[in-house]
Amino acid sequence: MSLLQVENLRVHGPARELVHGISFSVESGERLGLVGESGSGKSLTAMSVVGLLANGLRAEGSVLLDGHQVIGQSDRALVPLRGSVAAVVFQDPRSALDPLMRLGEQLALPIRRRARREGRALDAATLRAEQLRWLDRVSIADPERILRSWPHEVSGGQRQRVAIAMALACGPRLLIADEPTTALDVTTQAEVLDLLDDLARDEGLALLFISHDLPVVARITDRVIVMQHGRAVEEGPVGQVFTRPQDEYTRGLVAAARQLETAVRGMR
Amino acid sequence: MRRTSLWIGAILVGINVAVALLTLVWLPYDPTAMAGGRLQPPSWAHWAGTDRLGRDYFTQVMIGARIALTVGIGAAALGGLIGTTLGVLSAFAQRGIDDALAATLDILIAFPTLLLAMLVVAASDGASLGTAILAIGIAMSAILARLVRILTKRVLAQDYITAARCSGLGWGRIVLVHVLPNIAPTVLVAIALQFGLAVIAEASLSYLGLGAPPPNASWGQLLQSAQSTVYNAPIGVIAPGLALMALVLGINFLADGLRDLLDPERGAA
Repeated sequence: MSLLQVENLRVHGPARELVHGISFSVESGERLGLVGESGSGKSLTAMSVVGLLANGLRAEGSVLLDGHQVIGQSDRALVPLRGSVAAVVFQDPRSALDPLMRLGEQLALPIRRRARREGRALDAATLRAEQLRWLDRVSIADPERILRSWPHEVSGGQRQRVAIAMALACGPRLLIADEPTTALDVTTQAEVLDLLDDLARDEGLALLFISHDLPVVARITDRVIVMQHGRAVEEGPVGQVFTRPQDEYTRGLVAAARQLETAVRGMR
Repeated sequence: MRRTSLWIGAILVGINVAVALLTLVWLPYDPTAMAGGRLQPPSWAHWAGTDRLGRDYFTQVMIGARIALTVGIGAAALGGLIGTTLGVLSAFAQRGIDDALAATLDILIAFPTLLLAMLVVAASDGASLGTAILAIGIAMSAILARLVRILTKRVLAQDYITAARCSGLGWGRIVLVHVLPNIAPTVLVAIALQFGLAVIAEASLSYLGLGAPPPNASWGQLLQSAQSTVYNAPIGVIAPGLALMALVLGINFLADGLRDLLDPERGAA
């Protein structure tokens, strides 16, 4: 059984349909990329997977997350699935953390929840050790200081690392990353990508990686789905899609990425 | 600069609170008994002179501080509780219910507090401290609910809320852990400002006879009874007026200082 099985997923907005029937699956430990321009429906698809569509949006079709149907379920029924099966990391590191809570307290929330879920007692020393271990897992220097800091006192890259640590501390088997590196500068972006790559390998995580950025997706995923106007226009292994694109839209995307690369090289 | 306003506010409000507490245990004169001649000007014996019946005026202004604070605290507590609850619920409610609530709040805000107070008085046995608190509290809760609703929606739209939900945090916990702390600074400052307005509203209500009945001399009532003798004894209007101004000014300064103190990005946290 696949970890995630999406069949003919449609998302309806208030006025029209935004995602027109998309199907895909993610196996345990597999990394799938969803690529497309803004408005192509890739984020909607990802949010439908965990039943977190914004108010006024409605999903239809079938989403089996670890064998449990997500579509049409009440929020209450989904709470146990979330965190234990899937967690998300978002684009904007500024709004990814509660501005009025020290980073240590925020990181403690998923750790406590997981301990309660698994029926483990968690004393202060164990909690502290877990906090430090997760910060170490996301390669944060000076973790003691970070635990005491407010979100505005640390850099965007560090905030994103803490957000990733929080998502992983829930113990998910699928990590949904919605443009997790888009708001970061190029160097930090590369570091965070390497980090996600390492973490996914070490923890045996499946990854659903959403981005408009082809090189980024090519770097981290095995398989991609190219989306345009709420439809999947092309699907296949990363190498094949990017070297021999079949669909015209994908060809355009790849050519644009190549052009940019050539232009950057020419300037050097 | 910000610290100065916090200090001025704290001192002005502190004096008022101290005086209000003092009136519970000690008064310079019996507020209902004749203490001297009628309409005397201020003197060492009577700091604010005497009223038409020869009662010590300063004693009455002191009692007024207690009434003003009681109504202010009562209304702020009532308005804050109802307003925050309604606002948070409204932010979570389905679209139709939310719209209906928002429209109701708009109507309530447009409704004059005075008229509301008259309705409350008419519906109960008569004007009292309780009716004043109830009327002002209801009016205040509408304003606060609208603010809380918008603030809550803004917090709920943040990524960390979605991330928290995705990691399995229920709505109740999200409100306690993320929403309330994040809206608290703004809401507390709004409540403090509304507190000042509540004191003024109470003075207006009792000026019109819709507040606490005598002998609970509220500042508004003192102003009203001193109106007819304002040319002979102007102190009768000046004393409660100054006291009212000092308290409201102090509350506003305090609210302003509080805003900066509660914001970790701007304050010293």
